[in-house]
Amino acid sequence: MSNLSTNKTNSRIDFAIRYGFLILLLGMVVFFSLAAEGFAGPHSAVFIFQSVAITGILALGVTCTLVVGGFDLSIGSVATSSLMLSAYVMVVWEQSALVAIVLCLLMGALTGLVNGWLIVRMRVPDLLATLGMMFLLIGLQRIPTQGRSIATGMTLPDGSVANGTFSPAFLALGRHRFDVFIERFLPVSVVVLIIIAILVFLFLNYTRHGRLMYAIGSNERASALAGVRVDRYKVIAYVISGVLASIGGMLMSARLGRGDIASGNNLLLDSVAAALIGYAVLGAARPNAFGTAIGALFVGILLQGLTMMNAPYYTQDFVKGAVLVLALMFTFSLSARRHNR
Amino acid sequence: MSTALRVTGIQKSFASNRVLHGIDFDLAAGEVTVLMGANGAGKSTLVKILSGVHAHDSGLMSLFGEPFAPATPSDAMEKGVVTVHQSINEGVVPDLDIASNLLLETLASGASGFWLNRSAMRSKAAELAKTVGLHASPDTPVHELSLADRQLVSIARAMAYEPRVLILDEPTSSLSAMEADRLFDLIDSLRAQGVAILYISHRMSDIKRLADRIVSMRDGKISGVFKDAPLNLSGAVNAMLGRVVDETIISANTGQVPAISLRGITLTPGTRPFDLTVTEGEVVAITGLVGSGKSALANVLFGLAQPVTGSMQLGQQDYRPRTPGDAIAAGVFLCPRDRTSNAIVPDFNLAHNLTLPFLRKYSRFSWLNQSSEQTHSESVIQQLSVVCQSAEDNIGTLSGGNQQKIVVGRWLAEPSNVLILDEPFQGVDIQARRDIGEQLRNSAEHRATIVLVSELDEALEVADRILVLAEHTLVGEHFNHDVDMDRLLAEVASANKVMASEVTGHHSHA
Repeated sequence: MSNLSTNKTNSRIDFAIRYGFLILLLGMVVFFSLAAEGFAGPHSAVFIFQSVAITGILALGVTCTLVVGGFDLSIGSVATSSLMLSAYVMVVWEQSALVAIVLCLLMGALTGLVNGWLIVRMRVPDLLATLGMMFLLIGLQRIPTQGRSIATGMTLPDGSVANGTFSPAFLALGRHRFDVFIERFLPVSVVVLIIIAILVFLFLNYTRHGRLMYAIGSNERASALAGVRVDRYKVIAYVISGVLASIGGMLMSARLGRGDIASGNNLLLDSVAAALIGYAVLGAARPNAFGTAIGALFVGILLQGLTMMNAPYYTQDFVKGAVLVLALMFTFSLSARRHNR
Repeated sequence: MSTALRVTGIQKSFASNRVLHGIDFDLAAGEVTVLMGANGAGKSTLVKILSGVHAHDSGLMSLFGEPFAPATPSDAMEKGVVTVHQSINEGVVPDLDIASNLLLETLASGASGFWLNRSAMRSKAAELAKTVGLHASPDTPVHELSLADRQLVSIARAMAYEPRVLILDEPTSSLSAMEADRLFDLIDSLRAQGVAILYISHRMSDIKRLADRIVSMRDGKISGVFKDAPLNLSGAVNAMLGRVVDETIISANTGQVPAISLRGITLTPGTRPFDLTVTEGEVVAITGLVGSGKSALANVLFGLAQPVTGSMQLGQQDYRPRTPGDAIAAGVFLCPRDRTSNAIVPDFNLAHNLTLPFLRKYSRFSWLNQSSEQTHSESVIQQLSVVCQSAEDNIGTLSGGNQQKIVVGRWLAEPSNVLILDEPFQGVDIQARRDIGEQLRNSAEHRATIVLVSELDEALEVADRILVLAEHTLVGEHFNHDVDMDRLLAEVASANKVMASEVTGHHSHA
């Protein structure tokens, strides 16, 4: 008898662990659709997706570093550096969109390499190495313009005037919308997010490399003794993270159309939150690409819903924090109960 | 001489696992009692009961005639039973200076007040340091000290309690011979002051130098007490390792084709070089006490460490692996000891744990072929009779023996030139041990198999040939049809005579 009822409790816990967060997400959508006028429409959906896109891309990068048991605090600053760099290349150097894109991607990859080198070779703990890199980049991106934003017609430190402009092709990355069912419906950034999410998902779950990265995150020593090149995979994870963050930064730059020094303050915390909320999705209890995408969506829907219900902007961080703590509770307390039964 | 600590009928179980089956022994004041026992014999559980970390289930302890049942470690220490634990860093706070370390308990208890009185601390600390022969300034941070000095610091901390019973758990495991001598002098003076000392060690040279009495433990029981001079060392080793002759009969193979040969290999500076050849189809057990160099040898064979001198040949080729990856590529596999930290990937299911080193084989252009992984895993699971629901089970749900089968099966599944297994029977029940041993022998035909074990039974059960390591060099060889047990035990117990210099290498585990 008691056995039967424990089984029942266990299967209930299992159900809660697996689907609890998705049900919560669904419930939230239903609630906002009823409570906030205009929430349940295609345009609101596009707005949510667009607001989620950049955070989501960064969060997928952080997920890769979490998989190998690391952490990347520099993503936010890589994104803002990429924002400033792309603006600088086009406005001050008067180069094409292609040059800007290539340089930004290289900058992201290089940052990842340096992070990886600090962690693997110099034995700096991951949090400290990437924290240091974060400060470094936040400072570095301000030096060329003496701390000012970059826009066409600005005066440079040497007295000359910057005459370059954002190329239309580059701006299209942030502003063009594809016609899907409705005219000008699907923004480029959302398409980029979906492609990256699918790629990261496939990489982590269906390739040898993803499997080995998870092995490293779960037991680094055992992986090394099984012949896995632990150092190389750790560096790769940070390079992926850096490159994805630079893509996020370029999309932001294309949307703003200028090198805004004040943008992107919330990027780091939002994307880390999305990746951590991802632990709770489908009871994975570990970093995973699908969960991260859902986590980003969750935060996006919540904020859009609250905004449409006229909740003041200054409550947003509080709500995000509450959701994060709730998700972490879900992940760790419930899955601990599952393991201990 | 008076009895300091008397232990009668101590029993202890963890869950359903009975670790101590009624321990009886006495510690006499002014005597050094050496406690010997193989891994898993229950020594550390016993020490933890004496030092108040664990409570015993039944039995009695008395200290100088008073009942003794410490509730916490500090309770035990206040009553005068003081333990210096094996890992030096458990005994010291590396970032603080010597004075703060020595007075840590007083600081933590709050008796010293809110503000630090540096000069009072320094003079009190200097006094303590002097009693153990520690000459560094009290202001020196502990992380700048040598291992020996750190060990002295943790002993000096113990002295602050004015111990009546002092328990030293492998205190010389990281000391050089010269450093150990300083420790021995201190122990001699404590003995002269009438302190009862329980000394746990595997090092025969220490035991010879210090022991007034030897107590051997095996499988949670006292298996022998030796006190008549001269102490019967091989008797004590025999009591600790046992020699239960098993019904498993080995038809010893001696192959012809050398699979791997080592020439003039020195594992640690100052130890004697040795040669070793293992032929194809042969199963060789290498035995020796903890710290005899078994894991150091495994590390050298698997590319985790480089030999100090000497060369290795694999078949006809020179073999000098720099990383485990090199070794695996050359067909030399190592199934490491201590599966929890060295082998198991806790987040993975059985199939993913099994295929980890050979994923290249289960993927095309990096893309994993999960169904071939599945088929492969199911066949390994069946072959080794692993008890589980399916290959999709999380590895954490399996019993220790079945986890070990998975970890061994990981390496057995692919053909190899040399397969090294470091303590493959550790923490494994008898059935799993038989299954694994049988599987090892049945599959051994086309490779050299090297099994590192400290229990002689295990060596006799599985090997064609048994080699004995002591002090990081080979000291004996036996073919498994007619083993001279007395000689074997004497070799296992052989002390410093094989040492070429007084520097003992620090033995580290993979």
